[in-house]
Amino acid sequence: MPGITREEVAHLARLARLELKGEELEHFAGQLDDIIGAVARVSEVADQDVPPTSHPLPLTNVMRADEVRPSLTPEQALSGAPAQEQQRFKVPQILGED
Amino acid sequence: MTVIDLESYEDALATYDPVMGLEVHVELGTKTKMFCGCSTELKQDANSQTCPVCLGLPGALPVVNEIGVESAIKIGLALNCEIAEWCRFARKNYFYPDMPKNFQTSQYDEPIAFNGYLDVQLEDGEIFRVQIERAHMEEDTGKSTHVGGATGRIHGASHSLLDYNRAGIPLIEIVTKPIEGAGARAPEVAKAYVAELRELIKALGVSEARMEMGQMRCDVNLSLRPHGTEKFGTRSETKNVNSLRSVERAARFEIQRHAAVLNSGGTIVQETRHFHEEDGSTTAGRIKDNAEDYRYFPEPDLVPVAPSRDWAEELRKGLPELPRLRRKRLKEEWGVNEHDMQSILNAGAVDLIVATTDAGAPSDQARKWWMGELARNANETGRSLDELPVTPAQVARVAELVASGDLNDKLARQVLEGVLAGEGDPDTVVEKRGLKVVSDEGALGTAVDEAIAANAAIADKIRGGKVAAAGALVGAVMKATRGQADAARVRELILEKLGVEG
Repeated sequence: MPGITREEVAHLARLARLELKGEELEHFAGQLDDIIGAVARVSEVADQDVPPTSHPLPLTNVMRADEVRPSLTPEQALSGAPAQEQQRFKVPQILGED
Repeated sequence: MTVIDLESYEDALATYDPVMGLEVHVELGTKTKMFCGCSTELKQDANSQTCPVCLGLPGALPVVNEIGVESAIKIGLALNCEIAEWCRFARKNYFYPDMPKNFQTSQYDEPIAFNGYLDVQLEDGEIFRVQIERAHMEEDTGKSTHVGGATGRIHGASHSLLDYNRAGIPLIEIVTKPIEGAGARAPEVAKAYVAELRELIKALGVSEARMEMGQMRCDVNLSLRPHGTEKFGTRSETKNVNSLRSVERAARFEIQRHAAVLNSGGTIVQETRHFHEEDGSTTAGRIKDNAEDYRYFPEPDLVPVAPSRDWAEELRKGLPELPRLRRKRLKEEWGVNEHDMQSILNAGAVDLIVATTDAGAPSDQARKWWMGELARNANETGRSLDELPVTPAQVARVAELVASGDLNDKLARQVLEGVLAGEGDPDTVVEKRGLKVVSDEGALGTAVDEAIAANAAIADKIRGGKVAAAGALVGAVMKATRGQADAARVRELILEKLGVEG
């Protein structure tokens, strides 16, 4: 059973905004296929009665009281921004002209 | 700008049956964000309410806000939903700078509340049941400002500026099942549903749900199918329709637009559309094919939420009376008709009148002041009634002063004017402005005597039995006392002194 096709890798790359060349797509498709195959072996031992896990700890309902805690200052918040203007994060053009 | 063809509303409905789906986002009124302790206060300095969690900095760990979860359960219960015994958050991945994390923390296939309904009342009193698919927890995005393009639009902007104060504020998204069978009343049902939902949210105390402030926003999904067919047509999704009137207009416009496209042999494109307040039209936005892929997966940084049945039942016990039933009860208690009740609701006066009667005023007096003088002032100054600087207790005090004869209506209006102008409590305004009805019988008697003496001819007419002429003398006394006399008492005194039976 093939885990992942070249087309699926191209689709994922587009969603992740990664520019991949043709040979890279082939290369990663093979690698990802190996990884998925390895992970898929889990389902060989996990029976129907084993629920899928999304968290390693058997915890639920970890909640916080609705109490305000100090925020960063705007200067601190913006300190890692590549560009800023008017105390805001400056980002490149999102959409071109219609 | 392309001209959009529209079919007449009647012709559209003669051929097609509209099906709607409404998605409403409600910003909760919690003190802090959904997953961190940053304040949610509005209109603060840009980027002054952020932290490593809501900025998505490496290593930061979110923890869910207890009141956020509680509010979601309350909303679910009030919408007659089942409450999940166990549910998770999920990451909705997308590249757009309004979320610094590059994903929105939301819920995917495990919403906290599902399978409910809300009964809404249409203007003629008919009850329409809107089925609820789900209500789930998520977080708001940051605010973008687009620079360099025409009128702040994203198209043609050279760059954009981001303020993340809003990023992470708790949102509850409430999604209806397809609304079928509303026919020509679909736009009215949409409006009534959003209106009822807003009242419900306010009654629950989980949000102020001010649509004009973006605290409640509606997306209208609409499709048409030919009468007699079952299969849904292709839908359009009109985003961010932010007033009750706009919800109705957007639905109506889309019915007419879809019908024109279908009648001319065209096909509807599945897309998002933007609503324009100025003319009630919609224009095309993003094309939404099914290839949209958010790669949802369970959020590994948050543990599941498993509301105990005891907690849910405790919250159920604390639910307020449903707004629609409460309005029905109040309508009967106040003895008003459907139309007046609707006006009171539209004016946002229901709670204020209730609070005023709670403070001791008779309901007719409470209604009279809120819907009269105060509504007029609110209208003139472009404020809502609850933004006026006058409290229900103060209005009740004014009503009390009128009832005791210390003020007449004219003086009471001046007292309210003083309160609104910030001159203090009603009693303070009465004191400062000297606005007391002249109840000193001696002083009033003197004023009446003077008026009779100065208007001998009129007095003779009254003596001769023309009681209606007394109005002129009442006017003279009111003028002499600068409006501070009780007109009814003045009339009594005049007739008494002239020896005439009223």
